[in-house]
Amino acid sequence: MIHLWLPLSLVCILAGVGAYGVMARRNAVLVLIGVELILNSANLLFVTMGSVRGDALQTGYVLTLFLITIAAAEIGVALAVVLALFRSRGNIDLSEPGA
Amino acid sequence: MTSLDILFASVGLITAASAVLAVTTHQLVHAALWLVVTLGTLAGCYLVLGAELVALVQLLIYVGAVVVLVLFALMLTRAPMGRSPEHTSSGAQRIAAAVLGAGTTALLGSVLLPALGGELLTARVGDTKAIATQLFGSWVWPFELLSLLLLVALVAALAVSRMPATTEGEPVSLVPATSTEGESE
Repeated sequence: MIHLWLPLSLVCILAGVGAYGVMARRNAVLVLIGVELILNSANLLFVTMGSVRGDALQTGYVLTLFLITIAAAEIGVALAVVLALFRSRGNIDLSEPGA
Repeated sequence: MTSLDILFASVGLITAASAVLAVTTHQLVHAALWLVVTLGTLAGCYLVLGAELVALVQLLIYVGAVVVLVLFALMLTRAPMGRSPEHTSSGAQRIAAAVLGAGTTALLGSVLLPALGGELLTARVGDTKAIATQLFGSWVWPFELLSLLLLVALVAALAVSRMPATTEGEPVSLVPATSTEGESE
């Protein structure tokens, strides 16, 4: 038996920390780390709800697996964009104005 | 407090602390390594919640693949080793980001905790077979679409990273194009 406020608080903390990382970082790769944290908080919410309200379709767990796959595709494309940015600008500092 | 409560709280504390360190450390490579700790302990949280298949997939894909991609990107963009003060943002921006992050946490908490916080969760174990049956039964078309999405993402990443570096009208890149040409592949 787990009290549900424990995983739910972790969901809120991870989302807040990820939002801080997206807004406070200047390096593009570190911004992506913040995005990963937000995605993982959504995953944790899916798994928690899948464990509480287990339905016949196993929706919570299956959607978590889908979300992990989508996150892998997203990080691949995003890092390719970051590398293209580095090649054309020489840095990936997001606080500098674009060319 | 049950024993699973204490187990989840201890694993979750490590997750939250390493997440905070991952977004606040001034060393770029350390941020990626703290992300490993966060994602790995999050897999532990999934195990405590009774989702062992999701925990294993999390370990395989996130800790195994995504973090390696992030480390490669840090390497290819010539991330400096050691502390890099030129990458830290100004104090005002960090304070604003902290306020917004705390606001996000408070907003989510004020919605989720009163609605569901009082419930008890009975962790079930060993329903991997049920997940697999549903995944390849009811969810098979979304599953196939996801494989298409992965293929499109692979081709798109290859196309973006092989784009010509400069076109006319843009400033000359600081790094010679020939030295970075081979790294993206």
